[in-house]
Amino acid sequence: METLIVILVGIFVSIGTYLILSKQLLRIVLGASIVSHAVNLLLLTSGGLKRGSAPLLGEKEAGFTDAMPQALILTAIVINFAVTALVLVLCYRAYQHFGTDDMERLRGHEHE
Amino acid sequence: MVTFYTFIFLPLLSAILVPFLYKFLNRQVHTGWFVLIIPLSIFVYLLQYIPDVAGGKTYVYTLPWIPTLDIQLTSYVDGLGLLFGLLISGVGALVILYSVFYMSKEREALHNFYIYLLMFMGAMLGVVFSDHLLVFYGFWELTSVSSFLLISYWFERRSSRQGALKAMLITVFGGIAMLAGFIMLIMMADTYSIRELIANVDLIQNHVLFIPAMLCVLLGAFTKSAQFPFSIWLPDAMEAPTPVSSYLHSATMVKAGIYLVARMTPIFGGSSVWFWLVAGVGLITLLYGSLSALRQTDLKALLAYSTISQLGLIMCLLGIGSLAVYFGPGESGTVFTVATFAALFHLFNHSTFKGSLFMVVGIIDHETGRRDIRYLGGLLQVMPVTFTIALVGGLSMAGLPPFNGFLSKEMFFAAVNEVAEAGIFGLSHIGLLFPIVAWVASIFTFVYCMIFIFKTFGGSFRPERLMKEVHEAPLGMLISPIVLGVLVIVIFFFPNVLGKYILTPALNAVLPMMSVTAYDLKISAWHGLNLELLMTVGVILLGVFLFRTTKRWIPALRSFPQKLTLNHWFNQGLEGSEKFSRSLTDGYMTGSLRHYLIYIFSFFVILLMASLLGFYGLSLDFSKDAPIGIFEAGLVVAMIIAAFTVLFASNRIVAIVALGAIGYMISMFFVIFRAPDLALTQMVVETVTTVLFLLCFYHLPKLKKSIERLSFKLTNLIISMAMGLTVSLLALAANGHKLFEPITSFFENAYELAGAKNIVNAILVDFRGFDTMLEISVLTIAGLGVYLLVHQRSKRREPNETE
Repeated sequence: METLIVILVGIFVSIGTYLILSKQLLRIVLGASIVSHAVNLLLLTSGGLKRGSAPLLGEKEAGFTDAMPQALILTAIVINFAVTALVLVLCYRAYQHFGTDDMERLRGHEHE
Repeated sequence: MVTFYTFIFLPLLSAILVPFLYKFLNRQVHTGWFVLIIPLSIFVYLLQYIPDVAGGKTYVYTLPWIPTLDIQLTSYVDGLGLLFGLLISGVGALVILYSVFYMSKEREALHNFYIYLLMFMGAMLGVVFSDHLLVFYGFWELTSVSSFLLISYWFERRSSRQGALKAMLITVFGGIAMLAGFIMLIMMADTYSIRELIANVDLIQNHVLFIPAMLCVLLGAFTKSAQFPFSIWLPDAMEAPTPVSSYLHSATMVKAGIYLVARMTPIFGGSSVWFWLVAGVGLITLLYGSLSALRQTDLKALLAYSTISQLGLIMCLLGIGSLAVYFGPGESGTVFTVATFAALFHLFNHSTFKGSLFMVVGIIDHETGRRDIRYLGGLLQVMPVTFTIALVGGLSMAGLPPFNGFLSKEMFFAAVNEVAEAGIFGLSHIGLLFPIVAWVASIFTFVYCMIFIFKTFGGSFRPERLMKEVHEAPLGMLISPIVLGVLVIVIFFFPNVLGKYILTPALNAVLPMMSVTAYDLKISAWHGLNLELLMTVGVILLGVFLFRTTKRWIPALRSFPQKLTLNHWFNQGLEGSEKFSRSLTDGYMTGSLRHYLIYIFSFFVILLMASLLGFYGLSLDFSKDAPIGIFEAGLVVAMIIAAFTVLFASNRIVAIVALGAIGYMISMFFVIFRAPDLALTQMVVETVTTVLFLLCFYHLPKLKKSIERLSFKLTNLIISMAMGLTVSLLALAANGHKLFEPITSFFENAYELAGAKNIVNAILVDFRGFDTMLEISVLTIAGLGVYLLVHQRSKRREPNETE
């Protein structure tokens, strides 16, 4: 199972990187989102999959799954959300201001 | 001890007072009069050391600076330091006296001038009295900085700025090389003190860093003392006011390199590399300087090249003198000791006559407005006193009796003749070059001295070519050159007084193993009819002949192609390196985000892959894998399809929805993998994000719904594939290398420790609550950022912007 998820993560990272290297702002944000999903999955995998029950003490089972990566992922999800929201609004404003979403044309000013 | 430091730091401390003096007193009195007191008092103070130092005593003063790093301001007063100290303060006093009359108190920014000059004087005194290598380096760089400031004193002139920049680049380059050499020395002998280095010379001489340290130290000495090929900064430094040229660029600063070589002789002397570099470079510089001086028409440039040439002579003598270390005490060693003695003697003589000659040029410039010998001539009639000084200085430089240059030049000839017969270091083959080159260079020296004297003062007087009404200089301006000129003659007649009290102790400092007494070395003006005297006669005869025929060969010399000069190469190199770095930077700093990301990603891939495969190999371990269920397999396939949909979508909405699908499927994964909190959060966040995406682009009327098809680029494909592969391999390798048990079992005590049954929540708010607090801050900041971005639009828009 872990190997399968790791392969999935690899595919996600490839697709995300390809999107990040494209020139449209929206695609870059989409690519970053996919990469962040991949990272979350990787974090979860590193704790081992399917070992024991959910980390709730009420459950009377022998063992629990690793709760530490879950806490880390929870933090990561929220931070990702905050950053994505900010970047989205930034893209929106950049488009309003410069009239393009092409990264190659967003060059700023020459400092000569 | 305190008194000594008071006098060493007097110039630096009083530099602080100069602007106040200038401000309150300049209207009536020239600031220079007050500054003059400082070098005079230092000079008088140093004079009282002469009897003790001549008697073989030395003084060590220590003032702690950074005791924990073993850095002290250790001052060591011996013959060599005292010789330089007296030159610096003595010539300094004369130069300041001269500058009082040379620099106008109405037109010039005198406070700057005297601050820089005092800074230089203090730095130079620090250099010659420092025993601590790092403190020595500090003062050394301060001389470079103050020289830079003085050369660019008239900073509104372009040529001044360029000259200052060139001097700075070259001397600081050498200074840093010297620092590297010093650090190597410190590593070898484990001491900062020059005296202890000399005491532990055995440790150094057999060390593997011996030659590198020597080369680095010599680089510092050669750049500072304008040796070939680092001499190019000195002629350009002539843009400085003439008192500065006279003080820094003839009498003191350019001798700092000489001082360094003399100081380091007990350490490095005796090795063949040292001998060949110091003596060889000195000889080349001597010839190069004297030949180049002939081409000059500007008097100051002529003197600059003559300074280069004379410094080469001194350097060459120091190189020959280092042979004494090789031979040790004994007859053949003593012969070469004389060479070092000659070096010190000529060093002193050069300071006297070159100082006076620069002052003469300053007077000519001041009184006629011209410095070019093609416009000058016949000044003998109007400026007899100046002419007399120029004659004394010029003939001394040419090496004629009855002036002190004659004595040191004779000793120089004697030394080069001895070298030809030394028979070591391969000298038996090409040793004969030394006397020949020295003799030819002396002829050129004689000719340019004649040109200096007679093209300026001889010939017919043509006032219409000059800028001013010409008359003799004021008395105050003449005092300093007269004092120096009188010294030139006095030393010729009484050389042994100087030899006994000042030069012999200095010699003992340079060659401590020889233990010379004043009775061993007597300078005599007439020492019989010998080869040296014949050489001098030859110099005079050939020199006079060449001077008579200058019209025939000087034009040929002046038409020497500009493209072959060192200056041209230096400028080309400077321009070339600027162009090269410019084109290099333009080449990779393209301004395109994609390129930068490509650099970052490829660096990431190369570094990780290389270390993964190169150092550890790839060991994969699938044995601990959980079994794959049907649900998970189905989800993985669905997620891959969704991810490719995002990649290839040509419609904006499709891409966003596909991304949302990925998010929901991940939350289903969380369900399967027993993470209820994650599943909940992921679901909510994904919903809000998708809504945000949609809202954002719904409100963009100008932006088309459909987007361009993703253009295919092979580079992007390769890099993204490599990225995915790297991450996968890394994760697999990490999975196969579980070294320790996780610490989760501790958190399973959540109920006992924190009173919570949900372990994840207990970690978030209890065990690791700080993370959560800062995560909340991130969310707050992002919220504020979004608010500002949305609401600041109309206020910030600049009026002239089109959009």
